[in-house]
Amino acid sequence: MSTRRFTFHRFWAIVLKEFIQMKRDRVTFGMMVGIPLMQLIIFGFAINSDPKHLPAAIRAADQGPFARTLVAALKNSGYFTLVREAATEAEAQRLLQLGEVQFVINIPEDFSRQLLRGERPTVLIEADATDPAAVGPAVSATRALADTVFNHDLSGPLARLRAKEGPVDFRIHAHYNPENITQYNIVPGLMGVVLTMTMVVITALAITRERERGTMENLLATPVRPIEVMLGKILPYIAVGYIQVSLILLAARFIFHVPMVGNLALLYAVSFLFIAANLSVGITFSTLAQNQLQAVQMAFFFFLPSILLSGFMFPFRGMPEWAQTIGSCLPNTHFLRIARGILLKGNGLAEIAPELWPLLLFLAVAMTIGVKRYRQTLD
Amino acid sequence: MSATDYAIDVTGVTKRFGAKTVVNAIDLQVRRGEIYGFLGPNGSGKTTFIRMLCGLLTPDAGSGTCLGYDLRAQQADIKRHVGYMTQRFSYYEDLSIRENLDFIARIYAVPDRAAAVQQSLERLGLQNRSHQLAGQLSGGWKQRLALAACLIHSPQLLLLDEPTAGVDPKARREFWDEIHRLAADGLTVLITTHYMDEAERCHRLAYLAYGNLLTRGTLDEVLTTAKLTTWTVTGPGLRALADLLRGRPGVEQVVAFGNTLHVSGRDVAQLDATIATVRSAQHDWRKIRAGLEDVFISLMDEAKDNFS
Ligand SMILES: Nc1ncnc2c1ncn2[C@@H]1O[C@H](COP(=O)(O)OP(=O)(O)OP(=O)(O)O)[C@@H](O)[C@H]1O
Ligand SMILES: [Mg+2]
Repeated sequence: MSTRRFTFHRFWAIVLKEFIQMKRDRVTFGMMVGIPLMQLIIFGFAINSDPKHLPAAIRAADQGPFARTLVAALKNSGYFTLVREAATEAEAQRLLQLGEVQFVINIPEDFSRQLLRGERPTVLIEADATDPAAVGPAVSATRALADTVFNHDLSGPLARLRAKEGPVDFRIHAHYNPENITQYNIVPGLMGVVLTMTMVVITALAITRERERGTMENLLATPVRPIEVMLGKILPYIAVGYIQVSLILLAARFIFHVPMVGNLALLYAVSFLFIAANLSVGITFSTLAQNQLQAVQMAFFFFLPSILLSGFMFPFRGMPEWAQTIGSCLPNTHFLRIARGILLKGNGLAEIAPELWPLLLFLAVAMTIGVKRYRQTLD
Repeated sequence: MSATDYAIDVTGVTKRFGAKTVVNAIDLQVRRGEIYGFLGPNGSGKTTFIRMLCGLLTPDAGSGTCLGYDLRAQQADIKRHVGYMTQRFSYYEDLSIRENLDFIARIYAVPDRAAAVQQSLERLGLQNRSHQLAGQLSGGWKQRLALAACLIHSPQLLLLDEPTAGVDPKARREFWDEIHRLAADGLTVLITTHYMDEAERCHRLAYLAYGNLLTRGTLDEVLTTAKLTTWTVTGPGLRALADLLRGRPGVEQVVAFGNTLHVSGRDVAQLDATIATVRSAQHDWRKIRAGLEDVFISLMDEAKDNFS
């Protein structure tokens, strides 16, 4: 029997113990199932990522029939509710600034004339992009509209004006450069968020709890090695992580009807890395924290950037440079891209490879720090 | 006696926490199969010393062996052969008795684990409670569980840190009977306690105060080397007599035991002289051999003058 090297029986003893303790701690176990459900409800239902009937103002310098057709079509798209008419540019700006309208639609003076000449008049849509998620769907709907809006009006001899790119040029003016967030985007992203939150918090408590309850002294007096304790504590929660992944995927498929074009087995395989990475972070925190409260605080300290800077809440490319740098260091950022890539775009291993190695690197670093920080003595 | 006959053989073991020296250059030799009592007031460094023996703390100075393994270099080997019962209950309260034992048995890779767990449950009379959660046990049962758990891997050395604190007299006696049985089978036991009757059941004793080892040896040796003289007095007005004696030359301790007063001091001549001045036919005065408690209190008072 070796004491210096990793041995399976000691590792397995820890695994079994953790499972029993998990079973006994009903509240925590309930949380592990309850949190994904709650987040699904909040992010899936409460936060509407395809918002419609957004207030819009119109500044029409041209009141001709073509302009009226355009306005009617925008209304019918369901994305805009025309609440105001702005007479001047300044008034339009003020409405946006006050948040009274989400959009201002500017129809230029010689709209009809340009259209008839085939000059593709420019319709400027100014958007309050504070919440890019609110703007994106309306903007894409408008773009789609451009091709067909005048099909009825431009018939017969005017049909030639239905140019390939559309007779009207819609220009969007927004402060952001929003990625197109849809509900399909959020549900896969939720997987990363839920896993980050529960996995880190729960394991952050793993070692501090032993220390607080005094059981650490006993554990340290046995021949068990740090790596055996770490892995033994991580493994049971990997199982829990997979339950969460499955819950979310089921909800995505049957409640939110997210299309799943990619290989689910690949997603499950990659989830292993991601879950393990988060667990290692939790374990590392629990070797640093003095008590359980501190451990939870550290976990939230990690959770916040993971949710805010990973591209889950805000479009990643729309964030400032520094935020993107921080985001790139977080496993959630890479996992989100992988999950969305596999589910929505049908990405394979080759496509997700650039996101895989940062995950691996993160896992290795977190695990090393955790094992190094795990003290084998009480001093 | 060769070195390997010692289960514990350390010299100069020292531990400091910050500027405070908690264990100060302690030498200790414990023979195999011996029950060694470790006594001392609260905060004297008993727990700290034991933690160094089983590799939980690294000594700042000193060296030695535990079961023949080097205290610094072979901590892993020491851990495999030592059973350590912590002062505070440190098994999993949310695991049942059986699950706790099973966990420890797995950690030590005990051969034929199921049988070992069953046997240890039976020996300690825990088999009817084996499915009870450890957290729901009373203090006495927790102590039995802890003893069972630290014996499950058949250690050669037991380090017991105040195992009987808060345990009733009958359970304590049974516990000590068990300890003596184990020692008879060749197990070495180092045990800390605050109870004098338990100290008297040890083969050898060591007394620690302020991190310093003040005395050690068999009960007789400790009592003899202390050179403490004790008088007992019975009769009326003992309170007044006690007040009269305190602080007088040669009188170091005046302690009431029920209807008896114990008056002790190290300087026999001075003590006897003082007593002669207060002695009367009213009281019955007898010179007795000083008890262990008197000796320890005397040692502690002396240490207070020397070390603090
Ligand atoms: N980790 C630590 N850091 C700082 N001081 C410590 C630490 N552990 C113990 N001490 C101090 O060392 C001294 C000795 O403590 P120790 O627990 O060894 O005493 P003890 O003899 O076991 O006492 P008791 O009979 O109350 O159990 C105490 O003053 C204690 O405050
Ligand atoms: Mg102690």
